[in-house]
Amino acid sequence: MNQPANQPADRSTATCSGAEIRLEHVSITLGSNQIVSGINLDVAAGDFVCLLGPSGCGKSTLLNLVAGFLPATSGRVSVGGRPVGGPSVDRGVVFQSTEALFPWLTVQENVEYGLRMRGVSRAERARSAQRYLELVGLSQAAGRFPSELSGGMRQRAQIARVLVNEPSVVLMDEPFGALDAQTREVMQTEVDRIWRATRPTILFITHDIWEAILLGNKIITMTAGPSARFKSVVPVDLPHPRDPTAPEAVKLYRDLREDIAAEVRRTLQVQGLVKDDTVPGVAA
Amino acid sequence: MSAVNTSSPAYRTAAAPEAAKPPKPAKPFLDTRIGRALTAIFSVTLGIAIWEVLSWRFPPLFLPSPQLTLQAVGELWADGTLLQSIGASLARIMAGWGLGLVVGIPLGIVMGYFSFVRRLLDPYVEFFRFIPPIAFVTLAVIWLGAGEASKVALIFYTTVFIVMINTIAGVLSVSELRLRAAAALGANPLQILLTVIVPSTVPYMVTGARIAMGNSFLTIVSAEIVAAQIGIGAMIWTSRNYGKTEWVFVGIITLGLLGYTCDRVVRFVVKRVLRRYAVAV
Repeated sequence: MNQPANQPADRSTATCSGAEIRLEHVSITLGSNQIVSGINLDVAAGDFVCLLGPSGCGKSTLLNLVAGFLPATSGRVSVGGRPVGGPSVDRGVVFQSTEALFPWLTVQENVEYGLRMRGVSRAERARSAQRYLELVGLSQAAGRFPSELSGGMRQRAQIARVLVNEPSVVLMDEPFGALDAQTREVMQTEVDRIWRATRPTILFITHDIWEAILLGNKIITMTAGPSARFKSVVPVDLPHPRDPTAPEAVKLYRDLREDIAAEVRRTLQVQGLVKDDTVPGVAA
Repeated sequence: MSAVNTSSPAYRTAAAPEAAKPPKPAKPFLDTRIGRALTAIFSVTLGIAIWEVLSWRFPPLFLPSPQLTLQAVGELWADGTLLQSIGASLARIMAGWGLGLVVGIPLGIVMGYFSFVRRLLDPYVEFFRFIPPIAFVTLAVIWLGAGEASKVALIFYTTVFIVMINTIAGVLSVSELRLRAAAALGANPLQILLTVIVPSTVPYMVTGARIAMGNSFLTIVSAEIVAAQIGIGAMIWTSRNYGKTEWVFVGIITLGLLGYTCDRVVRFVVKRVLRRYAVAV
């Protein structure tokens, strides 16, 4: 933990060490659709949990729930022991779309936004922003507008904008889904490094199995929706930085892939798109 | 790239990136700056030529020639009528339009943000936006007198609804994603309104303001024809009474040029001042 000791007193809840996330019997119904049902989740403080599942299984809905964007239809959601009642700066969100950046603000102004909303002085804002821009490798682009950045740089800006508030929980909703393969790899390494440097609790949503293996210290797979549930919780004890060619990693990949493929198959059967057990391209 | 290298002039000239680039394919002449300017000049010249030829066939009372119109410009300029008319009309437009923006933008934001206020005022907006300002000219004179107030009020009327409707549309189209991002960064509802919704809505406000500017020119003429001694509308009306068709032409051309200039000024200011809000002008 490389935070300076003299943080302002009112930020005591948000030093960059994580808080635990707890979901108890959570169900979410939107209209007449039950999106997720009976979810129980315990994420320990400082964990990096990857939620892995086919699209449409309610991963993002769960993240929106923890972020406070959606209320649970039933059940309890708490972070750091306190029930979630709405969005909070203590639970930072990195969105998949870079549209979440404010295009009329420069990168630095975007990063300073959360501090400005809390009335932090201009000089201190600039200092903190600089530090986190450096952490994500964007110091050179501080004065540029988001439209002048590449996709990877925009996601770095989003990450800095969240981390500058020193949240205890960082929620990431397929943050690298729209990036090209090379940039994604670089960003994954960066997120791994940043997590180990600052240790917030991270809930990371992805449908990319390799991404989950590279990043998470726990991987949770979900069943296909509707009424999605957790299928399995897999702890990952591989050393950092992770080597995707290590035999344990490869084995893990095979297991997870079969897990997910079974769910995709089930979805397609439910939708009547396939009749038998075979799904093209998803061999067992 | 180190600072030493980039600041050295020798480095700059040595590594001039232009040298390495393949030559750009030449644009067709009509797409170049000069080509476009020439096209515009050609178009205007052709229009005046057609006007000239047509004027040979008709008496000046029906269609004054370009020369006669130019002479009229000289006359009206020399006795100060033209400048005075432009000044009077422009002052009314600026006052009414400016007032319309000052009232319409905040109202539009409040109506867009609070659905209750929107539902409360919607019947009036939906009713009055179909009533052209010309219909109110007589009432404006009865209620506000023949002075400046009635004209300014009419321009205000023509501006305020357009600006409001555009601003409301802007507020309603702010992306949910940005609102969520702001909330998750700790902004309270009032802060979200001021720091996310208002900036996101700027392009819509500008669109409203530009349309309203055009409509203000429509309105000013009808208002001045009915109730003004000076102003471009008044000038056109007086000229008709004197049978000076060429003065009418001067008034019409002045209006066109003035409107064009105003729009250019708005665009220029918007480009300069509001560049970061991604206003397409």
